[in-house]
Amino acid sequence: MLSAYTDFIRIRFLTMLAYRVNYYSGILIYMLNIGVYYFTWQAIYGGRGEIGGFTASQMTTYIAVSWMARAFYFNNLDREIANDIRDGSIAIQFIRPYNYLFVKMMQGFGEGLFRFSLFMIPGMLLALLLFPVRLPSDPIAWIGFLVMLFFSFLINSQLNILTGLMAFFVENNEGIMRMKRVIVDLFSGLVIPISLFPVWLGTIMQWLPFQAITYLPGSVFTGRTQGTGILDVFGIQVAWFVGLLIPIFLMWRAARKRLFVQGG
Amino acid sequence: MKAIEVEHLSKTFKVQKNRDGLKGALRDLFSRQYNEVAAVNDISFSIPAGEICGYIGENGAGKSTTIKMLTGILVPTSGKLNVGGYVPHEEREKFVRNIGVVFGQRSQLWWDIGVIESFGLLRKVYGVPEHDYKKRLDELVQRLDLGELLNRPVRKLSLGQRMRCELVAALLHNPSIVFLDEPTIGLDIIVKTEIREFLKDMNRDHGTTILLTTHDLQDIEALCSRVIMLDEGRIIYDGGLDTLKSRWGQGTRVTFQFGTACPLPRLQTLTSDLPVSWTAENDLHAEVLVPGELNVSDVLARVVGQTDIAITDIKITETTTDEIVRQIYRTGSAVNGSKGEGGLTSYA
Repeated sequence: MLSAYTDFIRIRFLTMLAYRVNYYSGILIYMLNIGVYYFTWQAIYGGRGEIGGFTASQMTTYIAVSWMARAFYFNNLDREIANDIRDGSIAIQFIRPYNYLFVKMMQGFGEGLFRFSLFMIPGMLLALLLFPVRLPSDPIAWIGFLVMLFFSFLINSQLNILTGLMAFFVENNEGIMRMKRVIVDLFSGLVIPISLFPVWLGTIMQWLPFQAITYLPGSVFTGRTQGTGILDVFGIQVAWFVGLLIPIFLMWRAARKRLFVQGG
Repeated sequence: MKAIEVEHLSKTFKVQKNRDGLKGALRDLFSRQYNEVAAVNDISFSIPAGEICGYIGENGAGKSTTIKMLTGILVPTSGKLNVGGYVPHEEREKFVRNIGVVFGQRSQLWWDIGVIESFGLLRKVYGVPEHDYKKRLDELVQRLDLGELLNRPVRKLSLGQRMRCELVAALLHNPSIVFLDEPTIGLDIIVKTEIREFLKDMNRDHGTTILLTTHDLQDIEALCSRVIMLDEGRIIYDGGLDTLKSRWGQGTRVTFQFGTACPLPRLQTLTSDLPVSWTAENDLHAEVLVPGELNVSDVLARVVGQTDIAITDIKITETTTDEIVRQIYRTGSAVNGSKGEGGLTSYA
């Protein structure tokens, strides 16, 4: 049975590999994004030392690593699940002796492996050439970042699963999916680091899972969080990962009762 | 031993009511109204192990909903359910290891990968030992003639090829109960026949219980000894196909073509003492309906020998299952059948 789950990872990885050319343009788009934010922040800093606890050089590194992290953790599990529900093929998933959501997670991970090795790593190398990104010298920061990056993927996928499952409860969850994407990009600190948010909003963000996706791993990579602080922020991620399992479980259970297979 | 037992099973769906106009749409935003629709309404039946049972009914009669409850996909609103010793929706993961399901309108193979890879993945999902898998796959591949298809991606298969692969996918783990939801939909006659033959053999050799929904009554005639007929979520007939035919068959229809005009009254007088009914479109063409208990030859003997009637053609047709079923659908009830002219009367 376990080998079936690893097969889902392998097959998704190979399928992605077959479409790898699509991702070359993705790398360029991400470079463009990094470039836009890099030059914007350069203009804002204009020789000033520190904004929101970030030096100009930390900000550059933060932007680059945040976008490249997104290149890894991003996936369309929400859309895939919503489509399965809407066209009724979810029925097929119920006649198999496995857990559908777990399979989805495995497929997401297969995609993640592809994105990590053929999108994030080459993208990061390119970003190193183009922008003055400073890599951490402390091996602890590297290890901490990579472990946290994996949890970024887990938490982001959990949010995607929750969004996708909404399709059971509303006729069309397209709007919810788009809103989720914007919210994750904004509130995870990808567009603006959370320390630059107004105080009240920053406080709210501390109680939401989004910061665990980008902001916390980014702060470890840029060296703003060090030593035992890494364990603290990692603890926040683990807490969210465990915490998010509860709504997923409840929603899945409610969905089973509501299930209405579209198209007979 | 019963393979499937169903008692007072019901499933109601809540369907959102959309109010008219802009005002209605705005009101819908804040307070939704729902209609309760009973897709399956208090049905009971049981199917012994090793039987092939046909499950028929019009579109929207509740066939697929029943199948989806029996396979653990849908949770019933009320009623008791036991399939192969399990309550499907309660122990879904354990239960589905024992059943095979084919949905004619949905693929269960993975679109992007090769057929054989799909099978290999299913082997792992169902935890079939390598040795058993090889044996079973060889048997199925040979029986369904899949040899060269195995390495193609699923998206490049024709419907007939795909459906044969779907069957293999559903049967790799050697299930004892198989559900087929319109397995022959859209297939050509050759593939249909092949699939019927295959199912029949499987039932005979492995004692597999099969529940089959279809709109093609030839599937039923070729495979099923028993049919359950559904209408608006209720069972309107449950019994042998033969009984259905003999009780609701309208007997035999004999069509005459005449060389010279032969008026209807003339024909009626010839057979005045027989319980037959004549109809005619014109003087050159007449039809007589001979009830089941009467011999066709008795009627023919009266007409054929007459010197004033020049017959150019005689056609004898049995009422087909299609016609019977069409009749039952139209009247919406098979409970009160009466032989003779009306064929069926409905008390509804």
